[in-house]
Amino acid sequence: MTLTAPAAAPPAQERRAPSRRPVRPLRILLHAFLTLVALGWLLPLALAVYASLRPYEETARLGYFSLPEHLTLGYYGQAWSQAELPRYYLNTLIIVVPGVLITLFMASFTAFAIARLRIPGRKALLIVFTAGNLLPPQVLITPLYTLYTLVPLPAWLSDSQSLYDSYLGLILIHVAFQFGFCVFVMANFMRTIPEEITEAALVDGASVWKRYWRLTLPLCRPVLAALSTLQFTWMYNDFLWALVLMSSGDKLPVTSALNNLRGQFFTDYNLLAAGSVLVALPTLIVFQLLHKQFVAGLTLGATKG
Amino acid sequence: MAVKTRRYSARDVTILVIGLGMAIVVNVGLIWGPTLASVGLSATGWNGIGPIEWVGGQNYHDLAAEYPPFWSAVRNNLLWLGFLGLIATPFGLFCAVLLDRRLRLSRVYQSALYMPVVLSLAVVGFIAQLVYSSDYGVLNAVTGLTVDWLGDSSINIWVVMVAAGWRHVGYVMVIYLAGLKAVDPALKEAAAIDGADERQAFFRVVFPTLRPVNVIVLVITVIEALRAFDIVYAINKGRNGLELLSVLVTENIVGEASRIGFGSAIAVILLVISLGFIVTYLSQMFREER
Repeated sequence: MTLTAPAAAPPAQERRAPSRRPVRPLRILLHAFLTLVALGWLLPLALAVYASLRPYEETARLGYFSLPEHLTLGYYGQAWSQAELPRYYLNTLIIVVPGVLITLFMASFTAFAIARLRIPGRKALLIVFTAGNLLPPQVLITPLYTLYTLVPLPAWLSDSQSLYDSYLGLILIHVAFQFGFCVFVMANFMRTIPEEITEAALVDGASVWKRYWRLTLPLCRPVLAALSTLQFTWMYNDFLWALVLMSSGDKLPVTSALNNLRGQFFTDYNLLAAGSVLVALPTLIVFQLLHKQFVAGLTLGATKG
Repeated sequence: MAVKTRRYSARDVTILVIGLGMAIVVNVGLIWGPTLASVGLSATGWNGIGPIEWVGGQNYHDLAAEYPPFWSAVRNNLLWLGFLGLIATPFGLFCAVLLDRRLRLSRVYQSALYMPVVLSLAVVGFIAQLVYSSDYGVLNAVTGLTVDWLGDSSINIWVVMVAAGWRHVGYVMVIYLAGLKAVDPALKEAAAIDGADERQAFFRVVFPTLRPVNVIVLVITVIEALRAFDIVYAINKGRNGLELLSVLVTENIVGEASRIGFGSAIAVILLVISLGFIVTYLSQMFREER
């Protein structure tokens, strides 16, 4: 399924069997410690859910850490309708879906060219792309901001008639920024595909496109799954790009829109907690459903399979 | 050369040029071009509208001499790096080592630990407010203190770092777990036969083989420390004790006072620090390949 798992799983089973039995009390201590840490790690999340279920006046009187007198789903309703969360979810969707698809498409082709063909300067290309992904965004944000205000776009693509404050602008920067990471990971993976698989096709005179689209890409399914999970999470969680490259509040993606739930003079933190839970929900669901892919994605770039 | 070109038809070449060309244009146009432009702009006094006027090293001088937030930001970034590097990262490694044994419930512990990794740092910032709020936050409720954790500029950076570390630990743990699984079990057995106890076996045998993973974790830690932004911005826009270099760059371009040249100078300082680590990372990554 994943890049790291198949290599690691079989020896893991063999190696543990013959080792000596651990001392019992130590084991209990270990479990106690890990349980404590795990609970400590889940506590803030549980607290957010709990706070979102209680009326403001009650927490104002008793604090977040108190027994509930009333529980209500009202804040979810309020965040959903009053704060127009559905609209922001939609904005996120408009940005993230094309963002992930374009990134993976461009990155897989580039990785294919770098890993499977003899392109001059391919190593340099790979280094430049990978390094670009590691830069802190603020390093390039100032000129990017200016550039975005200067690039004209037709009105049907952007109300502002420039790249600034447009969905396209956000999609582009996500693609540009995440592209390097995906190329790096996919090129590493494609190198592990045996040459023999494409050799036959090469003799038959298969075109570059065919070798990429029909032969290489289908073999990359596990990496593509891992990367799309990870890219979804990263693009979804973006806060900075939208903050700097957008100005209309109603176009913001949902993560950045969360700030709108904060009042100017008074902030209802229970409402904010409900908003936070709703914003965190999609990534948490993806994480639960595609656990393996997610973890594989995280380790793909970091350790070479 | 002649042999190579014969293998590609005209159509192949077109597709390659379009495919790679697109990638290069996007990467240079939106990433490296602006990065270089930052370096250029940092030597100007541009305000974003008027003519671009050359001021040489003036911005850097002003930064160091006349802009107090700069030094608090440098200090905070260093603290952030120190906290992640000396506390959060080793704790993540420690958890990975514990979880690497075949434990019952190991999956459950792992999930709990890296659950925060999927959250955005902005959301972590909001959750932090529920914990640290001075009036009715959990921390004060449990300890009976009345500390203004997020408002007091001498302590807020510490509690925010704990929140950031909450997320960082899980990330590091996942990477180390993968690294530990790849360690040849024969190594550990050999160490055990030679009479090494578990601690010795780890520090003398296992840990040295993790060197590539260590480099990567180090770079991730540094990069995360330099990129830190969302969490403090979500809490108080990075003011009053929560200044970070990334916040100062953003502050100088977004908002009323558009000081592009000045903001760029801060960006260049970030760039110089991060490039050092990026180069380390890449040379580690590309070493094995011929």
